[in-house]
Amino acid sequence: MTTNGWIQIALYCAVVLALVKPLGAYMTRVFNGERTFLSPVLAPIERGLYRVAGIDARQEQTWLGYAGGMIVFNLLGFVLLYAILRLQAVLPYNPAEQSAVAPDLAFNTSTSFVTNTNWQSYGGETTLSYLSQMLGLTHQNFVSAASGIAVAVALIRGFARASTKTLGSFWVDMTRATLYVLLPICIVFTLFLVSQGMPQTLGGYVDATTLEGAKQTIAVGPVASQVAIKMLGTNGGGFFNANAAHPFENPTALSNYLQMISIFVIGAALTNVFGRMVGDERQGWAILAAMGLLFVAGVAVTYWAEANATGVLSQLGLTGGNMEGKETRFGIAASALFAVITTAASCGAVNAMHDSFTALGGLIPLINMQLGEVIIGGVGAGLYGMLIFVIVAIFVAGLMVGRTPEYLGKKIEAKEVKMAMLGILCLPLMMLGFTALATVVSAGLAGPANAGPHGFSEILYAYTSAAANNGSAFGGLTANTLFYNSTLAIGMLVGRFFVKIPVLAIAGSLAAKKTVPASAGTFPTHGGLFIGLLVGVVLIMGGLTFFPSLALGPIVEHFAAVAGQTFATGG
Amino acid sequence: MLNQLRPALVLLVAMTAVTGLAYPLAMTGIAGAIFPAKAAGSLIERDGKVVGSSLIGQNFTGANYFHGRPSATTAADPADATKTVPAPYNAANSSGSNLGPTSAALAERVKGDLDTLKAENPGQPVPVDLVTTSGSGLDPDISPDAALFQVPRVAKARNVPEDKLRDLVAGQIQGRTLGLLGEPRVNVLALNLALDDLAKR
Repeated sequence: MTTNGWIQIALYCAVVLALVKPLGAYMTRVFNGERTFLSPVLAPIERGLYRVAGIDARQEQTWLGYAGGMIVFNLLGFVLLYAILRLQAVLPYNPAEQSAVAPDLAFNTSTSFVTNTNWQSYGGETTLSYLSQMLGLTHQNFVSAASGIAVAVALIRGFARASTKTLGSFWVDMTRATLYVLLPICIVFTLFLVSQGMPQTLGGYVDATTLEGAKQTIAVGPVASQVAIKMLGTNGGGFFNANAAHPFENPTALSNYLQMISIFVIGAALTNVFGRMVGDERQGWAILAAMGLLFVAGVAVTYWAEANATGVLSQLGLTGGNMEGKETRFGIAASALFAVITTAASCGAVNAMHDSFTALGGLIPLINMQLGEVIIGGVGAGLYGMLIFVIVAIFVAGLMVGRTPEYLGKKIEAKEVKMAMLGILCLPLMMLGFTALATVVSAGLAGPANAGPHGFSEILYAYTSAAANNGSAFGGLTANTLFYNSTLAIGMLVGRFFVKIPVLAIAGSLAAKKTVPASAGTFPTHGGLFIGLLVGVVLIMGGLTFFPSLALGPIVEHFAAVAGQTFATGG
Repeated sequence: MLNQLRPALVLLVAMTAVTGLAYPLAMTGIAGAIFPAKAAGSLIERDGKVVGSSLIGQNFTGANYFHGRPSATTAADPADATKTVPAPYNAANSSGSNLGPTSAALAERVKGDLDTLKAENPGQPVPVDLVTTSGSGLDPDISPDAALFQVPRVAKARNVPEDKLRDLVAGQIQGRTLGLLGEPRVNVLALNLALDDLAKR
């Protein structure tokens, strides 16, 4: 570990924190339907869209209407993406002459992008045409992120409103999230990324003759426009197989830094939107503080572990940290930081191969996802995930003192707690259930590339990433098979919609309640005690659920690595 | 549900057109106008021929060139398309080794590379980046230490004084961005191009 490394990490946190308030203020205006500086350009487009679509922007939906709209929209998006992938061979913008994507891979990839997971069973430059990348993936990167933001905004309205049945309009929230938030930032971000060396071209792959006379085919494409939204929308599906480790997908240390900031910025700012909409910004800061504590602890562990390189490299007397799977221009600190950010958020882009991380360095990304990606989290998904934990934490606090729990003047009752538990429990069911299945059937056991506990970690990581809608991988796992493509897709669907729908149910139920004025007995939810309680609840629930599986994977591998043990594959 | 179909269909088509076509195509046009070389992939031409991209590493094997890091990229086996064979620095199929910290295969590979490098420059500690594969398999850079480590071999193969090569390497070192971000590095292709220019003079 170096001082410079720590400074890079500290500066990162400072920049994200500095952006929370301005972006939070802007997004609050956007979702309250107020005028913004972009309204002169965008408002006419928005009105035109609503007219054609038959949407009355003032007509709000109940939680069921909101959820229904979201489901219909996502379902149609899935069908469209599936069709594009299956038909790419006969569609335009296919200079590398990619053939049609196989049915199971197309199913997996469509599910993956619609659920904002962006798991890569596909290898970008070897599988997908430029049209699939743009019309299919770039488009879903926008709208899946926008649906996540919309659901978070609906939940915030549930807390902020009283005695009403409606939560806003899914159509309006989704449109505004895309047009006013995601698209403008992406346009600027794309140009910045190209200035750093990221390609943005429709020209075909380039054949070069190297200095030693060999032929090198260099894959290029419309990379920057996709990468901008891939990071900002916490999607994470790479244009290239190696994702943000690829020099074209992350050319410089500066492009890397801004990509990391863009992963967190909307998720962090949404805590501020929450505070503003419920009328007390401190409530948002308290949630951000809980997230921040968990984040900084994770970064410290991963950076320390990667700098020490416990395992094969340290046994052979090499110093300089674990550079296997890492890029020279980023080094240890920026790679460790990226890994923690991308799994804390539901991004899943990687600038280094997590599979080659040390046991403890790889443990943190795994835990981040298992906790439900509530540390900043995916755009929208992180906030509503954390608010589910808030409900549980408030419930636990209520049990301890023996009074009906309240949060922001809303009584938290049986329905909310049941729905919160449903949202929390579907994740371990998918993560652990499918891992257990894959470790006993031959189709599952055929997947891992590494032997011993690391092979188990590869499987556990895959299902954890899928259900948490992350999309990063321990990439050695051969996942492009019928078994993995289909089980992972189920994990992604359940992990997305069996959280989103209970969240909307909670929102509907909260909106209908009266607001109770705070009294002397009300537990203050903006102070250190609440932050500590929330962090404790997240860690205890995660620990109780996942410790046994972690003990079988990364933890036992760490001790094997310390003892100098290695594992050879059977074949 | 049926009354949701019209807004869903219209918005899907509109968003597809805006974010899936208009946005990437407009960005391609604008980026191509402002940063034409970068948008095309930072290609380097010599004598009218493309010799590579300044951002993509190449597989240097000769003793007379500085080498990049080991690369784990593969290509389809020409004999059997269902299998893959090692193809270092395959810029049409990026990937890392994905070998974990307790992998016997990793231990064997690193040990083999270490033995080769130690024989080449005895008594010097081997920089870790010279025996580890990068995440993309296309890393264009090595650490300054890794470049300096190779100076004796290249000097011998080219029959030039080591000091001259050390100066050449020193001139190719890129520091941290803003003195802070990332790590110091040397672009191997740029270094080798400079090396060839040195020979021509």
